[in-house]
Amino acid sequence: MSAEKLDQKSTRQGYGQALLELGKENKNVVALSADLTESTCANHFAEKYPHRFFQSGVAEQNMITMATGLALEGKVPFASTFGVFLLRALDQIRISVCYNQANVKLVATHCGLATGEDGATHQSLEDVGVLRSLPNLVIIEPCDYNQALAATKAAASWKGPVYLRLHRMKSEQFTNAKEEFVIGKAQLIEKGSKITIISSGPILNEVIKACGGLKFKPEILNCPTIKPLDNKTILNSAKKTNQVIVVQDHQISGGLGSAVAELLSEKYPCKVKIIGVKDSFAESGKPEELWEKYGLSAKTIKKEILEMSIGKKKVQR
Amino acid sequence: MMSSVKNLELMSNTIREDLIKMLTAAGSGHPAGSLGLTDIFVALYFNILKHDHKNPNWDKRDRLILSNGHVCPVRYAAMANAGYFPKTELVTLRKLGSRLQGHPSRLDLPGLELSSASLGQGLSVAVGMALAAKLDKKDHYVFCVSSDGEHDEGSTWEAINAAHKYKLNKLINIIDRNNIQISGFTHDIWPMEPLKNKYESFGWKVIEINGHDFKQIISAVQKAKGSKDQPICIIAYIIPGKGVSFMENQFSWHGKTPKPEEAEKALLEIKEERKRLLNKR
Ligand SMILES: Cc1ncc(C[n+]2csc(CCOP(=O)(O)OP(=O)(O)O)c2C)c(N)n1
Ligand SMILES: [Mg+2]
Repeated sequence: MSAEKLDQKSTRQGYGQALLELGKENKNVVALSADLTESTCANHFAEKYPHRFFQSGVAEQNMITMATGLALEGKVPFASTFGVFLLRALDQIRISVCYNQANVKLVATHCGLATGEDGATHQSLEDVGVLRSLPNLVIIEPCDYNQALAATKAAASWKGPVYLRLHRMKSEQFTNAKEEFVIGKAQLIEKGSKITIISSGPILNEVIKACGGLKFKPEILNCPTIKPLDNKTILNSAKKTNQVIVVQDHQISGGLGSAVAELLSEKYPCKVKIIGVKDSFAESGKPEELWEKYGLSAKTIKKEILEMSIGKKKVQR
Repeated sequence: MMSSVKNLELMSNTIREDLIKMLTAAGSGHPAGSLGLTDIFVALYFNILKHDHKNPNWDKRDRLILSNGHVCPVRYAAMANAGYFPKTELVTLRKLGSRLQGHPSRLDLPGLELSSASLGQGLSVAVGMALAAKLDKKDHYVFCVSSDGEHDEGSTWEAINAAHKYKLNKLINIIDRNNIQISGFTHDIWPMEPLKNKYESFGWKVIEINGHDFKQIISAVQKAKGSKDQPICIIAYIIPGKGVSFMENQFSWHGKTPKPEEAEKALLEIKEERKRLLNKR
C-alpha cells in the first residue's frame, strides 16, 4: 500500500514537529490535549516542555475553554484532538474562542475518510462545513508534512483563532520544505488549461494521479487556506478555464467546494463540480479502499475530468 | 442459560481466543479494554441479561448500552457465541463492507442498541431509555457499560445527576475501572478518585466488585435489582489485557494489536488456561 512507504509522512507529524520547534522559538506557546497526546503528535512538545503542556483528559469542552483562558492571558495555546471530538466543543469554539477572538489554535487530526479502519464514528467529514460558518476563524488544511509544518508556524504568528485540519494517513510530499506558508494564498501546482481543479489536503495526491495520462493538462490549484479563500487566484484560473472541479475528503456539503461555489456564483458564474462524500456516513476500511468506494479515488476524479472536458456538462455562456 | 461458573469461565476463555484472532486479523483495534471486559460480557450475555438472540429487538429484553464503544470486539464475540450471528464473521472486523465496524454501528448489526464511540454519551442514552421504560411501565433493566476514562467527560456527570433526579432504580451502570486510558494511567491523566464517594454523593447506590469473579458480578447485579429509588453503579475493578500476560496492566495495549508472533504467544497462554480450567473440578 503506497500510504505506508517509509519516506512518507503525515500532516499530523508535520504539526508535531512544528509544535516542538515553536516550543523553543516562542515561550508563550503552550499545548493541550484531550487524552490523545500521541495520536495528535503533541507528545514531542509534551515531553520537552512538560510544564507548558496541559493534559485535559477526555474532556474536549473543558480543554477548549481552558485554552481560551490561556489565550486571553497572552499565551498561544494549541489544543489538539480528533476532528470528530473537537466538534463536541462547538458551542465553546463559537462563543469562547471565535466571538472573543481568542488566540486559540484548534488542531484536529484524523480528518477525512483517510482515517480508515476506526470507521464512520472517527472519520471527520463535516468539520469544515460546521466551522466555516464561524466568524473570525481561519481554516487551513495542509496537503503534506512540509506544508503542515509551515502552516503550524504561520498559525502561531497569526493573531486570532485558527483551525488546522490534519490527517492520520502518511502520504507523498510535494511541497518544498523551504517554502513559506502564507495564510490566504492558494498554490499553483500545475499550470494548465480547459479545467481548473482545486483541492486541499492529502487527497491532492489522487488529483495529481488522475491528471496523469490525459491528453491535456488541467490547471491544478492547492488551496490549503479554506478560509479566507484566495479569491484572486481562483477567479483568475476560472476565467481562463471556465470549468472548475473541487476535490475534498469531506462531505460535499459545506467544504472547500462550497466556499469556491459561493465565490464563483457571485463573481464569475461557471460550471463547478464538487467531488466529495455524498451525504452519507462511511465505514471501516483502508483509506484507498474508502476513497474508491465513496468516489474520491483518482479513477473517479479522472472520469469526472474526462466528462467535463468533452463538454458533456458544459454551461453555455 | 449457562450458569455454572466453570462454564462461564470456559466461555471467557473462548472469547479471549476469538478476540486475539479478530484483532490480529484486523491489524487495528483495542485489545486491553476488550480482554479486560470479557468476563463482564460473558456474565451479561450468558447469565444476567434477559435477551433472545433470534429476536434482537424483543420488546421485553434488558437493554445493554456500550458507552465505551472502542471495546466492541468483546461485544461482537459475546454475541456471536450467544448465537446472534455466525462466528465465522468475527474475522471480518474492521474490513470494508463488514457489519462489525471498528466502532459499533447499530444500523449494521441488530442487537447493538446504540452506535457509539464518542465517550461520555452512553450513560445519558441509558438514562433516556430508563425514563422511557418508566413512562411505559415496562419492567426490563437498562444496563450501561462505561469506562473509567469516560468519567473525564463532564457529560458523564450530567447523566449521573439526571439518573438521581429521576430515581432510576432500574438503571445499572457497570464501570470498567481498569486504571488506564489512551495516554497513560487514569491517576496521571485525570485523577477520578474517590469514584465511589462521588457516585454516592450524587445519590447513587454503589457496589464494588472484582470484575473477573463471576460470583461477584452476578451477585452484584442481584443486589442492584433490589434498589427501590436509586440508580446503581457497579464499579468493576478490572485488569486491562486480562488473560494475556504481556498485555496486562499496560496502557500501551489500549489501541494497538498484536503482531503475528505476539498473537501466537497470546493464543498459547489462552490454550494453557483452558487446560487449567478443564482440569479444575
Ligand atoms: C469524546 C471522545 N474523546 C476522545 C476519544 C478517543 N478515545 C478513545 S478511547 C480513549 C481512552 C478512554 O479511556 P478508557 O475508555 O478508560 O480506555 P481503556 O480502558 O479501554 O484503555 C480515548 C480518549 C473518544 N473516543 N471520544
Ligand atoms: Mg480505562
